[in-house]
Amino acid sequence: MPDLIAKSALHGTAPLTLAGTTLAEAAPGPITSIACFPGTLAEVAARLGGFPVPGRVAGDLVWTGPEQAFLLGRAAPDLAGIAAVTDQSGGWAALRLTGPRAVQALMRLYPLDLRPAHFPPGSVARVPLGHMQSVLIREEAGFLVLVFRSMARTAWHEIETALQSLDARARAGLEAPSS
Amino acid sequence: MRLPRKGLIDRTKPISFRFDGASYAGFQGDTLASALLANDVRLVGRSFKYHRPRGLLTAGPEEPNALVEVKDAGSQTPNTRATVQEIYEGLEANSQNRWPSLRWDLLSVNDLAAPFLGAGFYYKTFMWPRAFWESLYEPLIRRAAGLGRLLPRHESATYEKAFAFCDLLVIGSGPAGLMAALTAARAGADVIVAEQDSRMGGRLLSHDGQINGTLAADWVKATYKELRSLPNVRLMTRTTVIGAYDQGTYGALERVGLHLPAQPDLPRECFWRIVAGQAIMATGALERPIAFADNDRPGIMLASAAQTYLNRYGVTPGTRVTIYANNDNARTVARQLIADGVKVAAILDSRPDASSLEDCPVFLGARITGTRGRRALSRIAVHQGGNDFQIETDCLLMSGGWNPLVNLACHQNARPEWREDIAAFVPRPGMVPGLHAAGSANGAFSTLACLSEGRAAAQAALAALGRTAPAPDLPEAEDDPFRVTPVWQVPGRGRAWLDFANDVTVKDVKLAAQEGFTSVEHMKRYTTQGMAPDQGKNSNVAALAVLADATGRGIAETGTTTFRPPFTPVSIGALGAGGQGLGFAPQRFLTSDQASRDRGAPMVEAGLWYRPSYFPKPGETTWRHACDREVLMVRSSVGVADVSTLGKIDIQGRDAARFLDFVYTNTFSTLPVGRVRYGLMLREDGFVMDDGTTARLGEDHYLMTTTTAAAGQVMRHLDFIHQAYCADWQVRFISVTEAWAQFAVAGPLSKMLLNSVLDTRLGDFPFMSCGDVQVEGVAARLFRISFSGEEGYEIAVPTAYGEALFRDLLSRAETLGGGAYGMEALNVMRIEKGFITHAEIHGRVTAFDIGMAKMVSAKKDCIGKAASQRPGLTRPAREQLVGLRPLTDTAIGAGAHLFNPGDRVHRETDQGYVTSVCWSPTLGSWLALAFLQNGRARHGQRVRLVDHLRKTDVLCEVTDPVFLDPEGAKLRA
Repeated sequence: MPDLIAKSALHGTAPLTLAGTTLAEAAPGPITSIACFPGTLAEVAARLGGFPVPGRVAGDLVWTGPEQAFLLGRAAPDLAGIAAVTDQSGGWAALRLTGPRAVQALMRLYPLDLRPAHFPPGSVARVPLGHMQSVLIREEAGFLVLVFRSMARTAWHEIETALQSLDARARAGLEAPSS
Repeated sequence: MRLPRKGLIDRTKPISFRFDGASYAGFQGDTLASALLANDVRLVGRSFKYHRPRGLLTAGPEEPNALVEVKDAGSQTPNTRATVQEIYEGLEANSQNRWPSLRWDLLSVNDLAAPFLGAGFYYKTFMWPRAFWESLYEPLIRRAAGLGRLLPRHESATYEKAFAFCDLLVIGSGPAGLMAALTAARAGADVIVAEQDSRMGGRLLSHDGQINGTLAADWVKATYKELRSLPNVRLMTRTTVIGAYDQGTYGALERVGLHLPAQPDLPRECFWRIVAGQAIMATGALERPIAFADNDRPGIMLASAAQTYLNRYGVTPGTRVTIYANNDNARTVARQLIADGVKVAAILDSRPDASSLEDCPVFLGARITGTRGRRALSRIAVHQGGNDFQIETDCLLMSGGWNPLVNLACHQNARPEWREDIAAFVPRPGMVPGLHAAGSANGAFSTLACLSEGRAAAQAALAALGRTAPAPDLPEAEDDPFRVTPVWQVPGRGRAWLDFANDVTVKDVKLAAQEGFTSVEHMKRYTTQGMAPDQGKNSNVAALAVLADATGRGIAETGTTTFRPPFTPVSIGALGAGGQGLGFAPQRFLTSDQASRDRGAPMVEAGLWYRPSYFPKPGETTWRHACDREVLMVRSSVGVADVSTLGKIDIQGRDAARFLDFVYTNTFSTLPVGRVRYGLMLREDGFVMDDGTTARLGEDHYLMTTTTAAAGQVMRHLDFIHQAYCADWQVRFISVTEAWAQFAVAGPLSKMLLNSVLDTRLGDFPFMSCGDVQVEGVAARLFRISFSGEEGYEIAVPTAYGEALFRDLLSRAETLGGGAYGMEALNVMRIEKGFITHAEIHGRVTAFDIGMAKMVSAKKDCIGKAASQRPGLTRPAREQLVGLRPLTDTAIGAGAHLFNPGDRVHRETDQGYVTSVCWSPTLGSWLALAFLQNGRARHGQRVRLVDHLRKTDVLCEVTDPVFLDPEGAKLRA
């Protein structure tokens, strides 16, 4: 066991619930980038047990680019010679947003159609969150947002601000038009 | 005056508010305008240029006169339209553009000077002397003519922005909009209805007409209820669509909290970007004023506005009303006023052949030749059938016909077409792809026509969306024909206003034509017609009709000016929502951030990152004390610095080596595994882009580092090269900047410190090697590289362990007499060693300039190589990197320029410039890196360093840029 203490990006930040919607740091486990070498997609898919099509999640594999995916939560098998495998675990902060206002909150930040019919569970997009690179994943219960670890506090703040605004609308008795 | 039992206001909810310091009462549902009118407040503003007393002209967002300042919780919003602002308990509004008060405005002397102040007056008068314009005339004129005031403070209110998507966007909720929404909603389409008002219904709320045998307002209520109940419909009130953009994108401004007292976190406004498959423009039409003499007195308003005040707010605009119209529509207003017991003194119809059925005096073929009343209308002068007579009246309603609101359809530069039968411009089909006009916006003025067009537009939109559905039945409604005979200008003595907001009269437009400004766009700019906050909504068509007459052209031929977004004013705060203060850019924090702050380190911004500047010890009073100590500490024992901000790119594949040979000027395919090499990268144009070290971790595996500043740029550069030139190579790369926390450990005791944390003691690990190590049980990477000139290592651990390792290294370093060093010390040490940063490779220097021409390999090609060999980029006269030392102990600064001793100091004799300076505690001297013409051949010579900013003028010796340990004995130790 390592003796060095590991800390998550938002260590000590308590989950936040506003307008019935909860923002919390998530712990997706190891994150490994798998980038297929030219012409190896089928072989890589065979060894991984699948490979996601663009914009989709396949099991624990999240599409992140042309013939590229992030493997979440488990160690990658040996893909030497057929794919570039790179540990990304510490590089990303993960934020999970669940609840009735999650779509509305994120559609204040993302220029994307996140309505359930258009971005159903299993969808993924690489899309800027404000000025930040992010990976946006639609899960059954809500959204998982990956941002560069160093920017975790800003990402938290952006989503918190969107929730505060929705909460204030609700308190003022103003129905926020859903996005 | 408020009438009993009328209107859509909630009389159970009285509200008190203040206007110009006086307290008034209104009801929930009132606008500031309707509430003031209910309190018989007629005078609400002063005009822009002549400071004429003005009252309400309209009841909608097009209002040109009733612009007020609204105050709340520390902010003050100018130019708020009283006709849009809803009242709330405690609302405080003030009139603008008057001094000392609205009733007694000293600048109303401008009105007496009116004969001299026509269009073009300022251009002609304040020509000379030229320099006086900016410094004297313009500020004076701006002070005299103007609207509201801004407080010179930062905006503290909250704004919001949001995105929305839908199949169909219905803009407007009058009969056409509601019918369109109903048709599309029942067909299952995803519909957004955007209505600028606080209630859905449009002009139906101002009518007392019937739909399906019940009051129109009841049909609105029932339709609204059905739409609200449907999950595929979103109803957005207080939301004005302000622009039609490409690909079905519409901008819209929602007034979220402006109708309420300020509340924490509640946005004042939200700026929406709505992407719609199809859209329906059901924006309605605006009534036109008539240009007769002195038509701008308080008490003169549009007939349609009076109808709104009467039916919507239960307010009568006067006690003895006259009506002046050129169409049948205004007769309805007269009948309603009479029915509500309001005295109608007369109807003046410009048409000799109109009907005269109303129960009041009707004068056909009449015209108004003048009006009286200083702060409110008292009487009018009428000419009819060869007779001139006067009528006592406190309220004159005018109706010059209707202008369809074609604005959105024109936002992509298509022009509307003129329809002679209704004397109005209407949209042509297809002006904005996917945008269908319906109802009054399309020139259909009866209620039935609006309902019918709304349904038809929705069906067309549904067809375009690939949906078919049975259309709902059309309700029964009034289908009166619209009859109008244009009256563009009424003969009479005195000024006849066209543009109330910018004080432009018929005479001004004629003057423009007379002086050669005959194009409608030139007339607009010469007279400023249409350039006020209302953007000419009340005046454009009338003004161009006058221009057409003055130039002997038809209206269609004269054409319109350009309609541009936004349709109504948008706060900059709403457009920039979220971008204020820290929202402007993300903040990037190191894993060591808290540890550095705990030690009192001031943080400095490096791009988006925050890095420690220095680590003050007790007794150190300036940054220099700390910096000098940190430099000497590293040079004598050991220092630790967080260098995680440097870009790190993981590169893998059989062609990784070939790829690096292509992007770097020097060769990496020959680098042995376990070794590190310094690399230089050029842009396509041959200038230096970035530098850094790249390690070979395995046969097909490299780790490139970039500077902090260029990390993103290099990643983009690699992506471009890969995709554009060698997409088929077996190479893949990804940023790992954030995946590893990396710390520099430098100084003679660096190896001792490392050995205290590594699980296995370091064996032979020569300069420029790399390898895997274990640190306190964690797999780590170690690189022996140095940016300080000392024996130096960089140790990288997965980011999660960064803070722990940093704190561990620091406490152990402190035991050895070392400690943390910051950016200042890091900078001093690299200058002592002559290492470059982006202060030197600032985008205008070549490899030749920095003395690295030999690094551009002759054996292979690389990006930028061909361009770097252009003759101008390698000649000796170019400014080359050198070191400088002042001959006397004088503080010097970067940015200073260099001259030959004896030369005159001016631009032509400039020999170069200083890029970096430091006080070197190691060498006891000021040092500089500089670019000097033919500098490498001038080592040992003297140059004069002149800094005009800091008033420095000192002779310096030119040296090699490497001041310390040029043989590199220390870093190889």
